[in-house]
Amino acid sequence: MTLEIIKPGISTTIQDLGRPGYFHLGIPEGGAMDRLALRSANLLVGNPEDAACLEAVFMGPEIKFGADGVVAVTGAEMPMTLDGEPREAWTSFEVKAGQTLKFGFLTTGARLYIAISGGIDTPADLGSRSTYPIGALGGIEGRAVQEGDSLPVGSASGAAAGRSIPEELRRHPSDPEELRVLPGLYWDRLTDAAKASFFEDEWMVASEADRMGYRFKGGRALDFVEREAPFGAGADPSNIVDGCYSYGSIQVPGGTEPIVLHRDAVSGGGYFTLGAIISADMDLIGQLQPNTTVRFKRVDMDEALAARKEQSAVLEKIRSHLG
Amino acid sequence: MKTRYTFGGDEHVFVEMDEEMSLAAFFKSLSMSNAVRDADIPGVTEICPANASFQVRFDPDKIHPDEMMSRIKELESKAEKSENRIDTRIVEVPVYYQDPWTHETLMRFRERHQDPEGTDLTYAARINGFDTVEDFIEAHHSAPWFVSMVGFVSGLPFLYQLVEREKQIEVPKYVRPRTDTPKQTVGYGGCFSCVYSVRGAGGYQMFGITPMTIFDPRQETSYLKDFMVFFKPGDIVKWKPIDREEYDRILKAVEDNTYTPRIANVTFDLDAYEADIAGTNAKLMEALNDA
Repeated sequence: MTLEIIKPGISTTIQDLGRPGYFHLGIPEGGAMDRLALRSANLLVGNPEDAACLEAVFMGPEIKFGADGVVAVTGAEMPMTLDGEPREAWTSFEVKAGQTLKFGFLTTGARLYIAISGGIDTPADLGSRSTYPIGALGGIEGRAVQEGDSLPVGSASGAAAGRSIPEELRRHPSDPEELRVLPGLYWDRLTDAAKASFFEDEWMVASEADRMGYRFKGGRALDFVEREAPFGAGADPSNIVDGCYSYGSIQVPGGTEPIVLHRDAVSGGGYFTLGAIISADMDLIGQLQPNTTVRFKRVDMDEALAARKEQSAVLEKIRSHLG
Repeated sequence: MKTRYTFGGDEHVFVEMDEEMSLAAFFKSLSMSNAVRDADIPGVTEICPANASFQVRFDPDKIHPDEMMSRIKELESKAEKSENRIDTRIVEVPVYYQDPWTHETLMRFRERHQDPEGTDLTYAARINGFDTVEDFIEAHHSAPWFVSMVGFVSGLPFLYQLVEREKQIEVPKYVRPRTDTPKQTVGYGGCFSCVYSVRGAGGYQMFGITPMTIFDPRQETSYLKDFMVFFKPGDIVKWKPIDREEYDRILKAVEDNTYTPRIANVTFDLDAYEADIAGTNAKLMEALNDA
C-alpha cells in the first residue's frame, strides 16, 4: 500500500507522537503539534494512537491512494472531497485504490491530521517517524513531503467506516483565545509592572509561527529588574548564561516579542524565560492561525494539573466512545 | 553560589546552580543531574544538564510536581559531597580561521552586527583588548576548552575555555540573529565558543569553520557509527589552527570515511585544575600529543 502526494500543500510533514529522550543533545521531542487530534485520527481508523500521520498546516495536500483503506481527518476545519464527493471530518471513511482526496479552504484552526489504516510506514529515526528538518530526522530523508512522493503505508484492515467523534469532544480554537501560563523559570527578572502588563495586554499571533515556536506581537514591551550582568550571560538584560529551555516556555528577547517554544523547540539558549504555557494548552497553540488575538492567563500549579486532568478525560472519552 | 529551584510549566523542574558561569557551577550541575539519574525517581522522562543549570522533565500524571521538586532538592547535599573529578577525553578539532564561507556569511548580515564596518573577528579582537586578529586567534586556540553543554540544535557543543577568569574572552551575540550560519562554523557568544552542528539561524559571532562533521543523522561518518552526535558534556577540546590546504585534505578524509579524530582519554579534576591551571593544561596537552 502506498499513498501518493499529488500536491504537497504549504508544509505537510509526517508526524507521530515524537522521539522523547534526546533533548539533552539538542534533538527535540517533535511529533504532532496537536497531539489529541493525531491520537483521535488514529483511533478513528483503528491504528495505535502513536501511528504516523500527515500533518498539514494552513492548506491541505492532494493525495491519491494506492490501495483500499480507511481514512480519517481531524484538527483544523477544512472541507474535503474524495473523488469529488464531500467527506466529513472527525469521521472514518473508506477509500479505494486510485481515489484522490482534496481539500478546500481552511475555516478554523491551523493544522489537520490525516490518518490512514496501517499508518505511514517510513523508516523511524531514534524511535520516531516524525519529521525534524533541522536534524534531517524522520519524514522522507528528514524533509516535508513533496509532489511525487510515494509514501509506504503499513498493512491493516482498519476500523469500520462511519465512526465519528462527537462535536463536544473536538477542540477548536476561538478568537480571541486564552492561553494559560504558569509563571516560573526567570519570572523574577521582570519588574512588577511588566509582570502585570504581560497578562493585561492583548497579543496577536505573529507570522513567525511554526513547529519550533510561536511568536506574539502587540503587547507593551517588558522591563527588567536592573542588575549587574552575570559573567557569561551577555550584556542585554534579557540574556542569561545559556541554559535548557522547557517545552512551552516563553522567552522574550529584548523584552519585546514573546516566543512560545513548541514541539520542535531548540533545547537551550541564552534568553530569559518568564514561565511556560501549561501542558494542557500546548495542543491548542498548534491550531492558532497568525493574527489570532491571544491573552495570557496566569494560573497556579493546581489549576495547571486540573486542566491536564480535563484533557486526559477528553482523551479517555474518545477512547471509550470508539472502544 | 546559590541554588535556585523553579518549575517550567507543569512538566519541568529547572535548577540553576549559579547565575554566572564557572566550572564549579558546571560540575555541581553535572553531579546533581547524575544524582537525579541515579535516584531513578518514578516519572522522570528526561534530564538535561547545561552550563550552570539543569532541567528535569517529568510526567505529572505519575508524580506530583511538588513531590518531584522535593526529591530533587534532597539530592543537593549528596551532590555537593561528590568528587569534582571526571574521566573524559580530550579531542583535537581542526579550525580554519578566517575562512571564505563564514566570511561571505558575515558580510551578508553586516547590518545585524554591532560593528558593520569590521568583521566578527576584528570586532571581537578589539573589544577584548588584542592588537591584532592573529593575537586574538592565538588566544582562542592556545588553551583547551571544556564542553559544558550540548544543545540548542542537533548536538551543538557549548565550550568554556580553561583559563583564568581575567583571560576569558567575552563577546556579545549579534544585535539581531542571522538567518543563516554555515554548517560547522566555530562561533562565539557570551563567554562560550560553539560549533554549529548544522546549517541554520544563529546569533554567535563567527570566527572560522571546522572540516570535522559533528552530527550525522545517517551515521555514515567513520567516527559517528555508534551514535549520530559527537560531543557530550565533559569533553575537552583543543582547537588546532589549519590552513585551506589542510582543511580540504581533512574534509575529503571525513567525506571518504577515513578521518580519525585525535583523541586521548584523560581525567579532569576541578580542584587540581583550580590549584594549577597551567600545569593541568600542560598535562592535558601531553596526553593529546601522545595520542
